Parts: sequence; structure tokens; C-alpha cells
Amino acid sequence: MRTPRTERAANWARRAPLLPALVFLIAVTQLPFVATVVISFLRWNALAPDHRGFAALDNYRAVVTDPALRSSIATTVLLTVSVVLTSLLLGLGLALLLDRRFIGRGVVRTLLITPFLVVPVAAALLWKHALYNASYGLLNGVLTWVWRLFGAGDPPQPDWMTNSPLAAVALSLVWQWTPFMMLILLAGLQSRPADAVEAARMDGASAFGIFRHLTLPHLRRYLELAALLGTVYIVQNFDAVFTITSGGLGTANLPYTIYQTFYQAHDYGRASAQGVVVVLCSLLVANFALRTVSSLLREEITR
Amino acid sequence: MRARSPGAVGGAGRRLRRLAALAAALSLTATGCYRGAGGSGDGGPHTLNVLMVNNPQMVDLQRLTAEHFTKETGIRVHFTVLPEDDLRDKMSQDFSSQAGQYDVASLSNYETPIYARNGWLAPLGQLAARDRTFDQKDILAPVRSSLTAADGEVYAEPFYGESSFLMYRKDLLKAAGLTMPARPTWTQVAALAAKLDGIRKGLKGICLRGQPGWGQLAAPLTTVVNTFGGTWFDKDWKAGVDSPEFARAVRFYVDLVRAHGEPGAPQAGYTECLNAMQQGKVAMWYDATAGAGSLESADSPVAGTIGYAPAPVERTRSAGWLYTWAWGIQKASTHQGAAWQFVRWASGKGYERLVGRELGWSRVPGGKRASTYRDPAYRTAAGAFAAATERAITSARPDDPGVQPRPAPGIQFVGIPEFSDLGTTVSQEISSAIAGKQSVADALRTGQRLAREVSDAYTAH
Repeated sequence: MRTPRTERAANWARRAPLLPALVFLIAVTQLPFVATVVISFLRWNALAPDHRGFAALDNYRAVVTDPALRSSIATTVLLTVSVVLTSLLLGLGLALLLDRRFIGRGVVRTLLITPFLVVPVAAALLWKHALYNASYGLLNGVLTWVWRLFGAGDPPQPDWMTNSPLAAVALSLVWQWTPFMMLILLAGLQSRPADAVEAARMDGASAFGIFRHLTLPHLRRYLELAALLGTVYIVQNFDAVFTITSGGLGTANLPYTIYQTFYQAHDYGRASAQGVVVVLCSLLVANFALRTVSSLLREEITR
Repeated sequence: MRARSPGAVGGAGRRLRRLAALAAALSLTATGCYRGAGGSGDGGPHTLNVLMVNNPQMVDLQRLTAEHFTKETGIRVHFTVLPEDDLRDKMSQDFSSQAGQYDVASLSNYETPIYARNGWLAPLGQLAARDRTFDQKDILAPVRSSLTAADGEVYAEPFYGESSFLMYRKDLLKAAGLTMPARPTWTQVAALAAKLDGIRKGLKGICLRGQPGWGQLAAPLTTVVNTFGGTWFDKDWKAGVDSPEFARAVRFYVDLVRAHGEPGAPQAGYTECLNAMQQGKVAMWYDATAGAGSLESADSPVAGTIGYAPAPVERTRSAGWLYTWAWGIQKASTHQGAAWQFVRWASGKGYERLVGRELGWSRVPGGKRASTYRDPAYRTAAGAFAAATERAITSARPDDPGVQPRPAPGIQFVGIPEFSDLGTTVSQEISSAIAGKQSVADALRTGQRLAREVSDAYTAH
């Protein structure tokens, strides 16, 4: 017969070893955020030290009425959605191909993963200079070469980053994130029950039928997970925008806008307010996203 | 278990330390007993903390410090090396609280007067005057005056300086039967660019920066604005972005880049133009004098074919900008004596000779001393552009860069804290006009609105 007290003691005995970790987690994740919230209510410009003080809601008013921030929200959504969807589709295609057996599969897989291992800012530099650059980039060099192959003298030399700045940023991100999507989906494919596929094939199902009714439902949760993780990372992307376009031509996304407020305007109060607003919006979106993916979590638990 | 430093948990420990340091600094300044020059701080081991930007010249300095400076003086130096934006951020945090974490920091001539006005820097005039070997008079006058604050006191000593000029391909001009005037105007340069455009396949007339940023597009553009008679602000802080002179300058710049400039101009900054010039894709390039060193370096395909003309003008006598990285000493530093030792070494004549001997004369941090340009070894190494660079720097006038009096110093920038943001956001608009995504008039309308927000704060005081 256990009294409530011994029960409580037993519960605490289970929890106690976890406490330090919990305290540590709160200290390193929540305290900085609390500090950000506090600073967002201050009038604090680093270069005007005499004007520091309490600003009430001034920073938030400035953030909400700031057209630059509004357009950067739209840019962020557009950039994130397009990059996640494109790299998800490409990643799915590559994963399906890599799921087959062929000679040199290991080498191909390694080569495909490589872009994900490149440091983001180095990748952005590579795209800006080695590929996109209108006068010495690879893309226009290839055009020149092809035209010359057919004896034509005047190849088109499009200015990629100016004609479609956001697409240029997105493409470099797709190149980086496709391997990530591919890895998750490949893991999903490898865990597919082979006997069900075998049985379907014996019953005369077409390849597309197998993909549509067996593979895709099985992959659903992996697709959701890949999209969720990809979104979390790409929303925060800074390097590509900073390096390729310096936020010009309407490519400034939220991280870049906050960076500009913090480093160029030295306005810590307003930058913090922007950060807080972004976190609140992200929480809303993440809530919906997690609810969608919660089926995944539930299934994991019931297994 | 490793011992944890007090600052390991977030910034709380650091903030406490900073508060403590602030309190200590305050009590020291309040009692007026903090040590000036000659005192060696706390009398403990001689160590200095230096915060500096990650430019190649600074990295060279870091390499040479231990085996030369420390060997000579016994002062150990801890360097913190950061990219420009991070450096400004860390520096303004440390200096504004006078936490004294860094004794010496690399400042540009943009921050120096601002920091001095805030009372964050130790005055160096007395120290430099008393130091015979340092030879303060040897420092080029415009550089010296750009590091002098409104109170007439010098607050930083230069490490290297630069101006801007026009670099052009002598061979291409000759082949086209064109000559570069000794002191070209922008109108002449635009005509030359039009004639040179396309005389060879894939060759454009001129490279001008189009990448947004107060240190990218805004710098050369502001020098053009100055010489066309425009200004960001007049002496009463009235914003002048919508003035006819400012508009004419911006329209000229945008039209020239769009018609005869490099491809991909809206993303082209200093690096892209340097590449385009080295690869023979453009015939002229108006940019920093530092570019000449790269164009004439041993592995450059265009070395020896480049001519140098002063920055093009319209209504002013000269138009070249002035930029310098310099060493400032934090007022709250408790190692003032050792800090000056370091500054006099890094900014001195001896250091330039040391770099020449150890690393080669092309890597000397020049552009600050008259004696550099009289050094035979340096003139041999930098013969092509040494004289042009010296002329460009000595003719720069940071206190009177245009046709009207200015409220703050600066040629390619306005020496106020708000300019880094203003210049960046307005240059984003102009960059988008270069890309053809909006008209110059629209860009300037936005620019005027942003400039007025800044000027309102100044006229309200």
C-alpha cells in the first residue's frame, strides 16, 4: 500500500536527475529571449548613449508601420515556400533514383550529399561569382560555348541576379537543401516493407500504381518531417541574401532586415522588437505546422 | 569537470562584469585619478587587448606583433579580429559602456569624430607631440584632420589610408585613338566610356559599383553627388536628396552604368569590379586607390597596362574620397601607456619598413605618411600608382568636399551615426534603379523621405 507521500517521493526521485538539464535548458534558451523582450521596450541606439530609456511601445509601433519589414515578411514566405517545395520535389526524385541498385551508387550518393556540406556563405559566394556573374560566370560561359559550337557569334548574356534576384537566391538555396530532403526521404524509402511491394507487383500493379498507393502514403510522414525541418532552417537563412544581393532588389528577408536594423542602424531596441514580432509569427505558423505533423508524432508513440 | 568561466551562462556574467567595470571606471574618472600616459596600468603583467577589423593588413600586423613588438617592449597583445559589421557592433558596445575590455581598437575616420564627441576615446595629441620618433607631422594632412574631432584634438592614429581615383587601360585608349585628360570631368569620362564600349568583344566602358551598402554603392555615388553640387544635408540639416543637383548626379551615375557599365551592376561591388578589370572586361574603373595594388600585382594579367587619373570632377577641384583605418585608445583603458606604445609602433615609420622587409613592399599599409612615398624601396614596388595615390589622398578635403558648407565631416559619407543605415537603405533604392526595376525619381523620393527622418532628429535638438 503506497501512501501519496511515498508516491510523490518516488516521482521526485525520477524527476530529480532531470532537473539540472531542465534548468540549463531554460537558462540557455529562455533567458536570452526574455532579455530580447526587455530590450524591445527600451529606446536603445548604440551610437546615441545619452538617449537610452524606456520606450514603451514605440519600437513595436515602428515595426508594425515599417513598410520594409512588411515587404520582407512577404519575401521570406515566398522564398521559404518556393525553396522547400522545389527541393522537396527534387529530393524525392533523387531519393527514388538512389533507392534502386546500380553500379557506383555509393559514389553518386556521396556526390549528391556534397552541396549540403558546403559552408552556406561559401556556397553563396560560389553562386554569385563562379556561376551567376554576367561577365565571368559559368552560366554565361556555357551559353557562349554552345553558341560558338553552332558558329553563332553573339550569344545572349543574361544578367541572372538582376533579372530575377529572388529566383537567383532561391536556386542557390535549392541546390544546398535538396540533398537534405533527399537524405530524409531516402531513409523513408529504405524502411518501406519490401513484401508489400512484391505482393503488389505479383498482382500486376503498375509502377505508378505502386508509387501512388504504397510508396507515397508510406512516405507521407517523412515528407512532412523534411518540409518542417527545411522550413525552420530556410526561414532563418541569411547568408544567401547577404552575399548574393545584399538585400537589394526586394530580396531582403526577415533575418536580413533585422541584421540591417541591428548592425547598420545600431538600433538595438527596434531590432529586438522585430525579433520578438518574428518569433510570435513563427510560433503561430509552427503551431499549425506541428498540428499537421502531430499525426506523425502520435503514430511514433503508438508504435 | 572543467572550471567554468563566470560568463559561461549567457550574457548575464558578462553584463555583471561590465557593470562592475563601468562602476570602477566611473569611480576612477570621478576621482580624476586614472593613470594617463606613462603609467603602465595595474603594474601587473603587460598585456593589451586589441580589437580590429579582419582586413589583410591587420592580419599581417597580427603575425608580426609577437616576434617584434612583444620582443622589443615585453607587452603581450591579445587580438580580437572581426568582420567590419561585427567590429562596429562590439566596439560601440564596449566603448559606450566604457567597460575597458579593449584597450585599443581599429576605427575608421567615420567613427572617430563620433566616438570622440561621445567622450569614448583618449586624446592622443599630447602623446604624439612629445614622441620625437613618431613624427606626427609626417602624417598626411587630410588623414590627420579626418581623425581630429570637433574640439581640435587628435583621437586616433592612422594605420593605412586610401582615396579614390580613375583607373583606365592605357593600351585600349591608345588603340582607340583616345586620350585621358590630366584632370578628367565626369562628362569627359562618360564620353570616353561610350567610345570604348564594345571596341573589343565583351568589353564595357566603365565599372562603377552598384551593390547596395553605405560602404559599397553609396561611397562612389556620394563623391559624384558632391562634385555635381549636391549634398545629403545642408549646414542647417535640411535633407537635399530631392535637390536638382543630387538628382542630376544620381541620374548621371545610373544612366552611365546602365548604358556603358559592367554587366550585373546591381550586385557589383569593389570585388566584382576588380575582377572585371583584371579580366579585361572593362576599360575604366572608378574606385578605391587600394585597387591599384591588386591590378599591378605580379599575378595580374593587366599589370603594367593601367593608367591613373584623379577622381573625375564637375564643379569641385577634387572629388576623391578619404578613408582610413586608425587606432584609437579607449578612455577607460587602464593601460594607457602600453596602449600608446602599441599605437606608435603600428602607425610608425618603422612598422612600414618592417613589413617591406618581412612580407614585401606591396603589402605595406601605406596612404598615411609622406615619408612612405619618399622611400625608394616603396617607390620601386608601387611605382605605377604611388604618386597618383599620394596626390589623391593629399587633395581630399573631408571638411569641405562639395560646393556648400556641411553640417558634419566626411566626403563619401556623412559623419553622423545614422548614415550607415541611411546610406544603405537609399543605396538599395538606387541599386534597384540601376537594375531598371524603378525610376531614379522614385528612388530619390524614398531617399528624401528617409533622409528627412534623420534630419528631423537633428533640427529638433
